[in-house]
Formats: sequence, structure tokens, C-alpha cells
Amino acid sequence: MLAYIARRAVLAVITMAAISVLSFIIIQAPPGDFVDAYIANLSASGSSVSAEEARGLRILYGLDQPIYVQYVKWMSRVLVGDFGESMEWHRPVAEVIGDRLWLTVALSLAALILTWGIALPLGIYSAVRQYSVMDYILTTISFIGLAVPNFLLALVIMYFAFVLFGANVGGLFSSEFDLAPWSLAKAWDLIKHLPLPAVILALAGTAQLIRIMRANLLDELRKPYVITARAKGLPEWRVIMKYPVRAALNPFASTIAYLFPYLVSGSIIISLVLSLPTVGPLLLKALIAQDMFLAGTIVLLLGVMTVIGTFISDLVLMWVDPRIRHELD
Amino acid sequence: MSTDQTSREEQFAVATQWQLTWWRFRKHKLAVLSGLIVIAFYIIVLFADFFAYADPHATDSRRSHIPPQTIHFFDDGAFKPYVHGLTQKRDLRTFKLSYQIDPDRKVYLDVFAEGYRYNLFGLIPSSTHLLGLKNAQPEDGIFLLGTDLVGRDLWSRIMVATRISLTIGLAGVTVSLFLGVLLGGLSAVYGGVVDMMIQRLIEILRSMPTIPLWMGLAAALPNTWTVIQVYLAITIIISFLGWTDLARVVRGKFLALRNEDFIAAAELAGASQFRIIFHHMLPSFLSHIIAATSLALPAMIISETSLSFLGLGLRPPAISWGILLQDAQNIETLALAPWLLAAAVPVIIIILAFNFLGDGLRDAADPYG
Amino acid sequence: MPPILMVDLMTTSQPLLSVKNLKTYFALDDGVVKAVDGVSFDIHAGRTLGIVGESGCGKSITARTILGIVDRPGRIEGGEIWLTRQAEDGTPYQTDLLTLPLEGSEMRAIRGKEIALVFQEPMASFSHYYTVGNQIMESILLHTALGEEGARQRAIDLLGMVGVPKPERRIDDYPFQLSGGLRQRVMIAMALACDPHVLIADEPTTALDVTTQAQVLNLLQTIQKERALSVILITHDMGVIAEMADDVVVMYLGRAVERGPVDAIFYDPKHPYTKALLRSIPSITAKPRTKLATLEGSIPHPFARPKGCPFHPRCAEAIKGVCDRYEPVPIAQGEGRDVSCFLYGGQP
Repeated sequence: MLAYIARRAVLAVITMAAISVLSFIIIQAPPGDFVDAYIANLSASGSSVSAEEARGLRILYGLDQPIYVQYVKWMSRVLVGDFGESMEWHRPVAEVIGDRLWLTVALSLAALILTWGIALPLGIYSAVRQYSVMDYILTTISFIGLAVPNFLLALVIMYFAFVLFGANVGGLFSSEFDLAPWSLAKAWDLIKHLPLPAVILALAGTAQLIRIMRANLLDELRKPYVITARAKGLPEWRVIMKYPVRAALNPFASTIAYLFPYLVSGSIIISLVLSLPTVGPLLLKALIAQDMFLAGTIVLLLGVMTVIGTFISDLVLMWVDPRIRHELD
Repeated sequence: MSTDQTSREEQFAVATQWQLTWWRFRKHKLAVLSGLIVIAFYIIVLFADFFAYADPHATDSRRSHIPPQTIHFFDDGAFKPYVHGLTQKRDLRTFKLSYQIDPDRKVYLDVFAEGYRYNLFGLIPSSTHLLGLKNAQPEDGIFLLGTDLVGRDLWSRIMVATRISLTIGLAGVTVSLFLGVLLGGLSAVYGGVVDMMIQRLIEILRSMPTIPLWMGLAAALPNTWTVIQVYLAITIIISFLGWTDLARVVRGKFLALRNEDFIAAAELAGASQFRIIFHHMLPSFLSHIIAATSLALPAMIISETSLSFLGLGLRPPAISWGILLQDAQNIETLALAPWLLAAAVPVIIIILAFNFLGDGLRDAADPYG
Repeated sequence: MPPILMVDLMTTSQPLLSVKNLKTYFALDDGVVKAVDGVSFDIHAGRTLGIVGESGCGKSITARTILGIVDRPGRIEGGEIWLTRQAEDGTPYQTDLLTLPLEGSEMRAIRGKEIALVFQEPMASFSHYYTVGNQIMESILLHTALGEEGARQRAIDLLGMVGVPKPERRIDDYPFQLSGGLRQRVMIAMALACDPHVLIADEPTTALDVTTQAQVLNLLQTIQKERALSVILITHDMGVIAEMADDVVVMYLGRAVERGPVDAIFYDPKHPYTKALLRSIPSITAKPRTKLATLEGSIPHPFARPKGCPFHPRCAEAIKGVCDRYEPVPIAQGEGRDVSCFLYGGQP
């Protein structure tokens, strides 16, 4: 059991390292380096930098050193929470990102809970009443959910909300709370605004999970242990809930591992459409403005968060599956 | 035993894997229909300019945001499809020239009509289009799905966009397939450390949030690159993460097959490793690979559409569905010209079609299952 | 603790369970599969009935039909299943199980309590998400007045009785932690949890190796003697039948083709199919290097059931113009015996 946890932890660390390398590549990718961009930025605002000063800056930031040294330096700064400075905002990256990271997590988590909460009962229903009218309806809906990319869904919902109610459904806060400091009232306002984007974000995942749950449960329903349970004289619903549903839950639980990264990805894109104050719009802006420290940091943080989420889901999985728990006993 | 039954059984007994797969596939009506839709889309890819009727790049500010126009099929009780012509008007407040629909003037439709010049398959010069107008004045036009802000015809642009959106999916899947079969196969054949490394790599790639990574990588593409260069780069970026599922399928099938009796028989008969893999194993899971491929395609198409929609994928003047949808990003524009969302329709149809097709193929791939 | 009820019932000549003309069909896309098509047999208290046939002949479906747990798209189309039960005051009475609602409380009270099932694959027949104790105690809690503590103690006793070593520790194991033989013992303990009168054992030893098979069969025999249990033993193995059964039903394509006491069937088989099955048992007295007799052909495709006697395409003694046209009916062959074959008369 401990070996299992250790193995997953090592894998999580390796994944984070891989993500950090990719983030660094993203930071390094645009032609020229940070100092070039900085100089261009300064000269745009009227001041100029001499070649000498530029060299000084390069040495200061270690840009004269080989790339892997730069990576190590960047990483060692990142590990103590120094993500560098945003070129566009002239403020530390950590400050620019601020609450947006947590709002991204909140949105993704809300979508995750919704996805599960909806997909689980519907998937069970669909499998137990296979080929019923409701099963067909659910299957159709989940196929549509699968086929409509969530940014399109966001667009369509926004359009109808605008046409029918004249309302702009974007944003995560009412205007009076937008810039207000955190308070209970602001948190409540967030909770009120969260469901719509969460539902939009959750739809595709839900559709997929209904299909997965249905397929798993249909497989499990044919297994001999279901007959054993029936032969004991248990009522049918107890047979189903205790045995096949429990077994189908396992592969279902393991879907978090990729559902969470998927939702984080999706939140980026629907945040743009619905103008939500998550890291999504910030990332896009940073990428377009080549504000590479900001962009690289966002990619890094999102990656790290997904890895942590995946790791937690691994632990949950281990906790619910006796076979893994006893693997090394 | 009746002869009828005998022949049916014999038929089953001698049928090849492909025949059995085809027989099973045929029973999935929805999958067959989806297959036909996919074929239709790829016909559009081949003859995109033929199905378009207006130059997808030609702008005309006077044609800005013309709503979709209905085609009237009957004129004086006879089948004579026509549309209404346009007249030029000057807005008295803004003094801008614009075209308005003139309900009094009928312009008749023509098939296999002459239109803008293009090169069929990029080679054969042609100017024949499926639709055209007969007695048209220069300002007249067909506007099946309306026009965008700068007056380009949406129908024609969707037709041409199909070319990029669907081929980039295919190209991406081809790269994914290559990586997936190669790494999945290596993983299964060599096992041990190689297998462990590849499996961990897959796990790492799968636990990464794809869109931010894609965005970062796509944004790093130099502005100076040509459409073709960007196209290739985007293909590689989206297939970079897409191969993992295929690798899993290949590895799983490989391992399952290795324990099958007929593989053991081939090994005992002294067949070489190469012959076993390519002669015995590959044919028996080719159908699975085809099914997995057709399920991987929608993800590729969504990826390209999403990236282009964000402005980080292909860039104008390239035309893809994502680029068309970019125009619909803004709620004010959308409220003014809701028809711009029409570009979403082919996206949804083709994704559904690939999903149903893939499902049908996957079920059919297990003829004895 | 053998149930007192059995003593009363054993004194009556009334069968404990009487199955009459049972029919279970599966409506599939490609046609109807008649998995069980008019099977009849009786089981008397304290005796073992062996149901034998090739795989796919409908043995297992017969077992499930008796318990009323046939999976969709299967449907019980007809027949009667008379179970002798005991009223509050001790007088025996009969119930036709097929007249009870399948999901009703009465039918559920019979399942696991009066008729229990031991299943062929001990690995797949347990859920791997609960301990064996949980799965045994479940039916005790369901059918008896025992509480959690009592049920646990009873489960431990049962495990000890079926020969599981250290039952008080094993009870908290998960099925995947047990060996195949132990798992089947636990399965038997689970079936016996509520002192059933009838035990249906569906290929109880097929998935086990030979030594374990013998141990499990011995266990079944011991338990049966101790508790005067009626056992329906379903198997494709004539050897197991010879060792265990008192009476035999030979099934072919959903029909009982021959019935009778085990000795009569083995020493004087009547139906060509029974003869063929017996010929295919390897014998220690056979001449070395002779080919083992096999049954020609295989069971026909379930949708394409042959017209007339279902066995005629594979039958060496088939009568042209009779066996391929008409369906044989059971013909009595002495005490407690009958055979469905035109070779023994019967008007086509």
C-alpha cells in the first residue's frame, strides 16, 4: 500500500518536472529574450537602455548562461514563490494572477462535482433500464453533449440569454462585487454565479461519464456475482446498488484522473467566452502580448494543480478499491 | 438439417474477419448513416470550391452582415428556383453604402454555373460551381447563410473551411497513429523497462491540462510563418497529446493477442517475429485501430477549432471552422448577426458522425464478442 | 443443526420440488432461443438429482428459472414449479413458484432461504469489494432474526463447518485473498447460511483442479447426509454424476431426453444421446491407444433448432422420415424412468 502511494507520488513529481520543462520552453520559445522584450517595452515608453546596461541586466537574470542553468535558476526562484515579473502589467506575476487561480480551481471543482452528481444516477438509470425511452433520451443527450465543444455551448447559451432576457450571463461576480475585497457577501455572490458556467463546463464531461457508467454497469450486470446476490433473495434495487454499482464505481472513480485536467482545460476556453475572471483570459492575453513569465507561470501552476488533483484521485481510488489496498499486504 | 441452415453456418465458418466485421457493422444503421455523412464531408473537402459559389476571400463592405436569404423554388407554378436581387442604398445617417434586398427583382439560380476561378485539387484550373445566378447584375448574389462583417459569403467560406478543418484532423490522426502504433507496439513487444517508461510517459501526458499547453506552444509559433508552416505546426501540436489513447489500444491488443493460440501456433511453426507481428497480429487488430482512429478524429477537430477560435491556431487568411467562429465570439456581433453561428453546425455534425461511426466500428470489430 | 422440518417431509412420498413442463425462452434480435423447452423432473427430500448435458443445453437456465432470476431478455414462458413447504402449524402444503410475482416478497423469501444456489465460478460469483463475511452475513441478516453479532458468529460456524481453516480470521478476508478451493467452500457456506431445503449446485467443481474437485464433492456429500438436503447437481461431467447423483436427467437442447435412477442410466442407457455421452468417458479398463469415442458434430446453432427430434442430425440410429419430422414424447421405461426417443415406440 505504501509502495503504491510512493509510486504515485514519484510519478506526480516527475509529471510536475515535465510540466515545468514545458512551461520553461513556452517562456523561452519567442525569439529574443526577456531583456530584449524589456528594452522594447522601455523604449516604447520613451526611456532607452544602453548596450552596457542590457548586458548588466542579462548577467543579473543569468541570461548569458546556458539554457539548462537558466532553467535551474528559474525553477529555484519558482520553488520559493518568485515567478518573475509580468512585462505587461509591471507587477510581480504572483500578484497579477492573484485570486484568478483559485477561481479557476473553484470553477473546475464545481464542474467536477456537478459532473459526478449528474452522471452517476443517470448512468445507473440508463444501464438498469437499458433500451427504455429514457435510456434513449439520455443517450441522445449525452451524444450531443459529447459533440458540442463547450465553448460553442457557452456561445449559444449566451446568445439566447441575450436575445430572450437581454441579460449578459458572463462573469463570476455582480458588478458591485467585482473589485470589492473578499467578504461573505462576495463569496455568496460567487456561489450564485458559479452554477451556469459550471453546468456549461460540466456538460461534455457529464455526457462522457454517463456513457462510461452505463457501459461499465452493463458489463457488471452480466457478471455471476449479481446472480449470486439475487439468489440470496435480496430486493433487486439492493442487489444493483450494493454489487454491480459498487464495482462499476471503480473505473468511474478513476476517470477523475483525466476529468480534472480536462475540466481545467475547458475552463480556460469558456472563461474567454463568458468573460470569467479566471486565469483563462489572462493566459490568452499574456500569450498574445508575449508576456512570457506570466504565461509560463500560468501553464505551470495549472499543470501542478492538475497533477495534485490527479494524485488525490489516486489516493481516493486506492481507498475505495480493496484489491489495491491489499496488493502488497 | 435444412440446406438453408447449413449454408448459413458454412457462411459463418468460412467468412474472413473483414466480412464478419462488415456484416456486424451493416447492422448499425446509425453508424452506416454516419459513415455516409463522413464520406459526404470528405467529398466537400475534395471539391470545396465547386460547392462554394462566391470567392471566400472577396470582401465588400457594402455586403456587410446580409442575413441568410431563402431560395424560392417555384415561380409562376413552375420549378424555377430564384432569389431576390440587391439594390444599393445609402444610409442617410451614416452615409454608408449598403445593399438591401430588392423584393421586386428575381434572379434565377443556375447549376454548374461559371463563377470565380480556382484550381481543382490545386492543379486543374476551373471556374465551374454547383450553384450560380443566371440574369445577375454585379451586385446580386446568393446568400444561403448570409455574410460576415466584411461581406464575405458564409456558405462559401464554410465549404472552403471544411478543407482545412477536416484535413488537419486527418493529418493529426495520422501522426498520432504513427506515434501510437510505434510506441504502443514497442511497449508491448519489448515489455520491461521500455514498457514501463512508455506507460509512465503516457500517464504524464494524460494528466496534463491540454489546452493551456497547446495555447502556449501555439502562441510560440513565429508570426512570420506561412499558412502551410502554421498548419503543419498545429498538426504536430494537436497530435502531440492525441497518440496516448491509440498507444493504449495497440498495447492492450498486442498483449491480448500474444496469448492467443494462433500466435503460439505461429511461433511454434517457426515464424519470425516480424512475420508474426505483420502477418498474424496486425490484421487481427487493424479493425480496432480503425475504430480507435475514428474516435480520435473528433478530438482533433475540436482541438483545431478551439485553438483557432482563440486566435492561437491557424491565422487568417487561412479559413477553418474555428476561424469562422472567431467572428461569433463577441456577443454584440452575435446579437446583430446570429447566422454567424452557422459555422458551428458542421462541427457538431461531423463530430457526432465520427463518434457514431467509431462506436459502430468498435462493436463490429469484435465479430464473435 | 438439521432442520426438523425435513423429517416430516421425508416421510411423505410427495417430491420436495416438482418441475413440470418448464419453458424459458430468450427473445433475441435474430430469433427466439428456447433455452429450456418443456423440462420436467422431481426431487425428493434428501436425494441428489443430477442434471447432465453438454454446455448450452439449458442446464444453468433451468437452475435460474427455478429461482426466478432469469436475466433479460430471457422470459419464463410456462410450466409449473411446485415447492413443498411447511405451514406455521407444521402441515405441508405446495406452492407453484411460477404463480408468485418474481420480485415479490414471498419469492424473495424463498430465494436463499428455502432454495439456495452454488455457482460455477467461485471467483466471479463473489464481489471483490466486500469481505466474505459481509457476503455470508447478508443473507442471514435478511432471512433470520439474528442480529449483526449473531450473524457473524453463525458465519464463522458455517466457515468452520465447510472446512475453512481459522474461520474467525478468514471471515474478514476478501474473496481475491482466498484460493479457488477455499472460495468454493465459502460459496457453499454462503448457500447454507439459512438452512435451505434445496441446494442447486451449478457446475460446482468445473473451475477447480482435480484434487480440490474431489474435496468439494466430498464436502457436498457430507453436508447432504448431515442435513438431509435435496441437491440439484448440474454438470457436464458424467463422472461427477456417477459419484454424486441418485437420479439423473439428461438434457439436450433445452429438453429432458432421458430420466431415471443413476444405476439404470449408467448400466442400461436408452437414449442414443445418453449412450454417446457415456461412451465419451475415458475408461481405465479400455484398451490402450484406442481412440476415445466422441460425439459427432456439435450442438446446433441456437436459432436453428432442428425440426423433429433435436438430436436427430447427430444420431446414428435416427429413423429417416420419423425422427426428422416428429418430436418424440417421454415413454415410460419401468419404474421412475422414461426416455424421449422413437426407438422405444411412441406414435409419430
